[in-house]
Amino acid sequence: MDWVNAIIQGLLTGGLYALFACGLSLLFGVMKVVNLAHGDLAIVAGYIGVGVIAVSHMPVLWSIPVVVLLMAVLGYVLQRSLLEAAISRGELTTLIVTFGLSIIIENGLQQFFTANSRGLGVGDSFITASFTIGSQITIAWFNLAVFVVAVVVLLGLQQYLSYSKYGRLIRAVADDREAAQLSGADYRHVFGIAAAIAFGTVAIAGMAEGMVTTISPSLGTDTILLFAFASVVIGGLGSLWGTLLGGVILGVAQAVGAQINPSYEQLAGYAVFLLVLVFRPQGLTSRGAQ
Amino acid sequence: MSGRDQTGTGAPLLEVRDLVVHHGQLRALSGISLAVYPGEVYALIGANGAGKSTLLRTIAGLHRPTSGTISYDGRDVTGLRPEKRAGAGIVMVPEGRRLFPTLSLEDNLKVGASYARPGPWTIDRVLELFPWMKERRRQRASQMSGGEQQSVAIGRALVANPRLLLLDELSLGLAPVIVQRIYATLPQVLESGITVLLVEQDVSQALRAATHLQCLLEGHTTLQGTPAEVTREQVEAAYFGVTDGNGVSPASHGGTTPLSPPNGIDA
Repeated sequence: MDWVNAIIQGLLTGGLYALFACGLSLLFGVMKVVNLAHGDLAIVAGYIGVGVIAVSHMPVLWSIPVVVLLMAVLGYVLQRSLLEAAISRGELTTLIVTFGLSIIIENGLQQFFTANSRGLGVGDSFITASFTIGSQITIAWFNLAVFVVAVVVLLGLQQYLSYSKYGRLIRAVADDREAAQLSGADYRHVFGIAAAIAFGTVAIAGMAEGMVTTISPSLGTDTILLFAFASVVIGGLGSLWGTLLGGVILGVAQAVGAQINPSYEQLAGYAVFLLVLVFRPQGLTSRGAQ
Repeated sequence: MSGRDQTGTGAPLLEVRDLVVHHGQLRALSGISLAVYPGEVYALIGANGAGKSTLLRTIAGLHRPTSGTISYDGRDVTGLRPEKRAGAGIVMVPEGRRLFPTLSLEDNLKVGASYARPGPWTIDRVLELFPWMKERRRQRASQMSGGEQQSVAIGRALVANPRLLLLDELSLGLAPVIVQRIYATLPQVLESGITVLLVEQDVSQALRAATHLQCLLEGHTTLQGTPAEVTREQVEAAYFGVTDGNGVSPASHGGTTPLSPPNGIDA
């Protein structure tokens, strides 16, 4: 029963990983930008949450849409300024620029908020409330809620990309930027919208992380970026369901590893990551080489 | 300019003056001028590397000219971004179709209609023009044959309701019977009030479809007139840059000697 429990807990954690990863996957899929600052942006969202709550005294859950909106605006502005300039100078430039951005964000946060970790207190009763299945499996309501939110966000994003006007334009621009221009689409604006969505999703993930545990300035590159990368690579680039699958597999691998020996948690996750890279480098759901 | 009175009325829809375009160090166009009047089918012909596609892409806004001006509907559009030109009614069907390969046929058309001007063309009307599309609207563009993709590319441009339609090498890589089928849709396009500027390597096809033609050679204009005005010999000379002293402006920079006549001329 311990194993079943480990798998279920891993599955729930995997939802959060997928939430971290989907923005990374979207930015790469649409603009071929590997955003090395992605993890730090999740942390920025968490700290914006801390700030919004401190200033407005609104409940933590209510602050989430505010933070998502602020991050989406930040995403659009950052895309139309810094990232757009980097993209026009080549792929290596975007890598260097986002790496620089990552360093600036991390050190900036340390400067203003110190290196201490901080939580977004939602109230212990909400975080610790749980239900049990049988006698051994305990599921925290909050973890289940995060998983459900992750699935809903991915489902919504999938629907948006499939059926909305801008979703269609995002896919078109990802396919052929110049042909999209000939159809009247300003790809710079479309990129901005994609960035806004990516930043919005990572904001939800960052807030969730702050509520589940705590956030600190270095967490973005140390943990979140790596988990997000692993999820995207395991699942296969460019597929949102692949990203969910990748996140879940990573989460389950970590939980099962931890069940074997608590010090194996990280190791097991990266071992699966490595196996996928060796045997199926295009990812589990990807149709083939792209 | 003789012959323009029959089709052209009033001011030109598109006027290009002394256009010079460079690809890096290479001078692709050396002072090209042209005027396209409403209702015309204006064909640009010439051998590979003559600069036809460069000219069309520059008119669409995808290349920046080194010098010269492009005016459309009486307005200078030389510095306008390509998406703004599309919005103003200059829409191009690019060389090699350039559909969105991962999008379905219908989504390709919907993208084309995203910033459409008001006008007669709708997705439904395109489906009427190409009836086979109805059955296959959910199919991915990448799974279609070249001729089908070309039709979708034309449909994607039409739903934007262009005033000036730029067609770049429609016949490229397609079987002659398919090319004829695609050109057979041109009258319906013209009927809806669209003016066409096309680039074509297949000279006989261009001569059949065009009301006015202009031949380019290594970035210069070597011949222009209506298909009725020009003789086969003149076209041949202009195409390859051979001086024949018959009023065809000679290519002063030493053209290649023709080994065989251009595609389709003697067919």
